[in-house]
Amino acid sequence: MSDQVQNPVLDASGVADALVQRFPDAVKKDTRKGYEGVIIDHHKLLEVAGAIRDDYGFNYLSSLTAVDYLGMGDHMEVVYHAFRVPTGGAPLVFKAQTDRVEPTIPSLVKVYPGADFQEREAYDLYGIYFPGHPNLKRILLWDGFEGHPMRKDWKEAYYEQEHKPFDSRWPGGNVFRGEEHNPFGHNVRYPAGFNLDNFTPQTEAQFQSEMSLGVDIMGDPAFTNERLLVNLGPHHPSTHGVFRMMVQLNGETIESLEPVMGYLHRNHEKIGERNTWFGNMPFTDRLDYLSSMGNNLGYALAVEKLLGSQVKIPYRAEVIRVLMAELTRITNHLWAIGFLLNDLGAFFTPALYCIQTREYILDFFEATAGSRMMCNYMRFGGVFKDLPERIRAEALLLNDKVRDMDTMQYLKDLITERIPRSIDELDEYLSDSEIIASRCIGVGVLPADVAIANSAAGPLLRASGVPYDLRRALPYSIYPELEFDVVTRPNGDLLDRYFVRLDEMRESVRILKQILPLLEKTKGESIFGGKTSYSIKAPAGESYGMVENPKGELGYYVVSDGGGNPWRYHVRAPSFINLTTLGLMAKGHKVADVVAILGGIDIVLGETDR
Amino acid sequence: MSNDELDLRELHNPDIPVPEEMQSNVAITSLSSLYNWGRSRSIWPMLFGLACCAIEMIATAASRYDLSRFGMEVMRATPRQSDLMIVSGTVTKKMIVPIVRLYNQMPEPKYVLAMGACASGGGPFKEGYNVVSGVDKYVPVDVYVPGCPPTPQALLHGLIMLQKKIEQQHLGVGASVPWYGAGPSESIPVPVLGPDVIDPRHAELFRREALKGRATPTVAEALGLNPEAAAETK
Repeated sequence: MSDQVQNPVLDASGVADALVQRFPDAVKKDTRKGYEGVIIDHHKLLEVAGAIRDDYGFNYLSSLTAVDYLGMGDHMEVVYHAFRVPTGGAPLVFKAQTDRVEPTIPSLVKVYPGADFQEREAYDLYGIYFPGHPNLKRILLWDGFEGHPMRKDWKEAYYEQEHKPFDSRWPGGNVFRGEEHNPFGHNVRYPAGFNLDNFTPQTEAQFQSEMSLGVDIMGDPAFTNERLLVNLGPHHPSTHGVFRMMVQLNGETIESLEPVMGYLHRNHEKIGERNTWFGNMPFTDRLDYLSSMGNNLGYALAVEKLLGSQVKIPYRAEVIRVLMAELTRITNHLWAIGFLLNDLGAFFTPALYCIQTREYILDFFEATAGSRMMCNYMRFGGVFKDLPERIRAEALLLNDKVRDMDTMQYLKDLITERIPRSIDELDEYLSDSEIIASRCIGVGVLPADVAIANSAAGPLLRASGVPYDLRRALPYSIYPELEFDVVTRPNGDLLDRYFVRLDEMRESVRILKQILPLLEKTKGESIFGGKTSYSIKAPAGESYGMVENPKGELGYYVVSDGGGNPWRYHVRAPSFINLTTLGLMAKGHKVADVVAILGGIDIVLGETDR
Repeated sequence: MSNDELDLRELHNPDIPVPEEMQSNVAITSLSSLYNWGRSRSIWPMLFGLACCAIEMIATAASRYDLSRFGMEVMRATPRQSDLMIVSGTVTKKMIVPIVRLYNQMPEPKYVLAMGACASGGGPFKEGYNVVSGVDKYVPVDVYVPGCPPTPQALLHGLIMLQKKIEQQHLGVGASVPWYGAGPSESIPVPVLGPDVIDPRHAELFRREALKGRATPTVAEALGLNPEAAAETK
């Protein structure tokens, strides 16, 4: 927070020019059509990145990802998006290029500790080496996996063709199952000559001793009884899905913690590069499956930026988008609070209260988008459908009073009565509870400077007293004309995270109350201003679309080669990057607190592992 | 059960007459039926969520859909106390190892419900390099519930189907289920993570494939598709 911005007047593009002047032999502008930012010679990357952080105030590395430009220059590129927090404004995009054969880029962990997991991911999926990284190991896949799957020349077992729709399926309709054409009948591929007879798998002991925890469990004489390695997950009732934590204890106190993930790595990005632009929309639902509407919005914004003037979003569509995004925030925070209490030991009862209210919102989603959770609702240039006249069940009984309601009346009841009431109820039952106070105050403290350095986002960042919210910092949609406050709390502990979520729901209600008259006013207006084709083509270039999702900044980095499919489709997942701070927060606490601290981050594995 | 009254007529075998006035007190039935009647109404699922479907599973357990109406609200976090594994989400290669281990740890009789498209056959993520094309490639599945994700109603329907399945099973050696024979039945070999996930049951297949001296072909290679030609027409 003490970073002094030397040139506060310079915006991102001004800084890019300044960098070119200051480092003429290391920095050049990215002049490719549709691209922005600067390309930095990777030999000078550390020095320039230090200047970007300290001299120009871009202190928050939001996204780090790699792109394989096979056949388009034949190089690997690592792309960084850095923000000024909490000042706000557009990100500075900088890149470093390297050879495809032995890709090497210096690690930025020393400048931006938040790069830790993201560099490991780039190493895992692209095979890029980051010298200087303290713990460069695979993160989503396992040690021993053959190859780096996101490389363009790496083919999966069920590979048929580069892009969908596959010739075999459409228009011919020659449908078959992938396993019919695999010798093993499974989704597997082994290298030539691979045989079980001469293969020794990695043992659990090897796996543990290779972790950075520094515990040699194989009989180190210095290893006293006081130190213990405890494994939580991937099957564990507390971990919000299939997440694993290796915890090193001294007595009962945590000395260090290492998260192990990838148990739900279902290859969003590889599948996303095969899909059409539009075909990725339903996949975004399944990232953070508790807030699918927000995910849709982020992806729509990224592609709309790429499409430029080809789409014009009607005002009513923007209103509906904000309506959906804010309702999603409420469903997510209700869930998060309910399950934080679960993790604190209040098994399921508080969660039941939260789920009850959430169900009413899901009813509205189901009536509008056709699905409770996987809404697939946003389109490039608007939304899929206008709000229905009435909310009703498919198989409507005669005189059904339960499921036949006027939509606007239902929304009004929901926004002005039901949701505020249940927020107040939670506040009343939970906020003053002694048990919650004793379990939460001072637990998992994350100071503001550490939160920024580690790229924490969303409620986690704001509970550390950093007033940074993309809806204000880099506004999108119609947020500039809406009145709401960015909620912060000063202490950065578990209790503050709980309060931030509670207050954010109240702010969402405040936004929704302003949305209601706008919905009435724009009734009957157009909701879609894009192309109605299923297979749009996007102009060549790159784009980074981001939204303030309930869990934090959700970003989509997409690259187009001018075709009907993304060349690169990367998701900057807040759950994944927020986990960078887990080890720091858990240190010095007890095992039971780890469970609560994890609940306080509010992760969802669909997004963490993608 | 939701109704407090025990209705004996549910159990009664209609082939054996019982006087009308005694029907609320006396029922004549087989041991299998009585046993299955109790078992099917007290299935304890494992508290085990994989992905998106787990959220709908939790919603099913919550007050609106209320699993406890079917005697299933007791979700156990340990496999040692569970009767049913609801595979609620995408099964990845990294996760199939613990899943098989958990299945082996469950006491018999045990059941598996594949919830949603991913658990049933890979779903939208089937082509992914880290995705198993359905959990039934490794563990036997009793009920498949379609949907992405299935609504709570669909999951309830699947669970009712499982109850019906249990009611039709017979006690006795050599019966339709494996667990009433002598001794415990064989456990499933736990997969191993190598260059790709390895099913130990494929040892013979590996020997044969290794002789061919090539990497496992992709679908495109097996079908003789030409990816370059396809890329040009794009």
